[in-house]
Amino acid sequence: MKGDPGKMDCVEFQAQMPDLVASGEDAAAHPHLQSCARCSALLADLATIAEAARQLFPSVEPPDEVWEHIELAIKREK
Amino acid sequence: MADASTSTQTLHCTRPEGGAESASGTATTKPRAFAGAATPNPVDAQMLARAQAGDHQAFAHLYTLHKRRIYSLCLRMVGNVAEAEDLTQEAFLQLHRKIATFRGDSAFSTWLHRLAINVVLMQLRKKGLSLISLDEAMEPNPEEGPSRSFGAPDLTLAGAIDRLALERAIADLPAGYRLIFILHDVEGFEHNEIASMLDCSIGNSKSQLHKARLKLRDALRAENRQEARS
Repeated sequence: MKGDPGKMDCVEFQAQMPDLVASGEDAAAHPHLQSCARCSALLADLATIAEAARQLFPSVEPPDEVWEHIELAIKREK
Repeated sequence: MADASTSTQTLHCTRPEGGAESASGTATTKPRAFAGAATPNPVDAQMLARAQAGDHQAFAHLYTLHKRRIYSLCLRMVGNVAEAEDLTQEAFLQLHRKIATFRGDSAFSTWLHRLAINVVLMQLRKKGLSLISLDEAMEPNPEEGPSRSFGAPDLTLAGAIDRLALERAIADLPAGYRLIFILHDVEGFEHNEIASMLDCSIGNSKSQLHKARLKLRDALRAENRQEARS
């Protein structure tokens, strides 16, 4: 990796993205993005996907029969 | 169904780096109250201790607390209601057999998820999917990987994603990518918790999540292009 983040190319920047995004820092402020529309768009898209995933219903209720079967199986195992 | 041990014999990717790290999956922070290693309230801790001692009512309480998330994980991983019900049943039976061995080294929810994930992975293997072990899940075939964003100008997602399109794209992800994406972006677990569940490094979890998001981006952009043409 080159020392100056502002002179980083897209390959280098995108190789760093998993850590950068997971760091919780403001990835959009990275110097490379000041002059790279492509990587800026990529970062924005990935943020949009992560945000959309959060809007999905996180959980669904299993039917009551699942617990009934578990109880039966536990009794059988005793 | 065979025993799905929490020792995760099939999972042997890079060892965890350990330690906590940020929960944020994007540049924006994300408060996720429902996931992970939150300190259990005293009643839940008491119920856990009672269930470990063989109290059936306490075990039923744990089932009620965790059934939705375990069932939802199974459902998203196999995409079939009947199969997800069977897997949920098996995961909680495994829990019943092993609960006395829980030592509190990780959050109970993380431990239970690890157990359920092993049940799911065993089922995927039984079905003859290419997923033999989590190593393979974590390193899908190169042709299954996402494209990089170099070269030609990109079509962006323009900030809006159709929920059904996203659900379809998630369902179409290779199982390893799907698992990481569901655990982090849908369920809200942090990378250190996922690394613990999957017995892999935090770096590996971050990297696979990134690839999963890239692959979803590919799929969603392809759908947008198709819609634009029609």
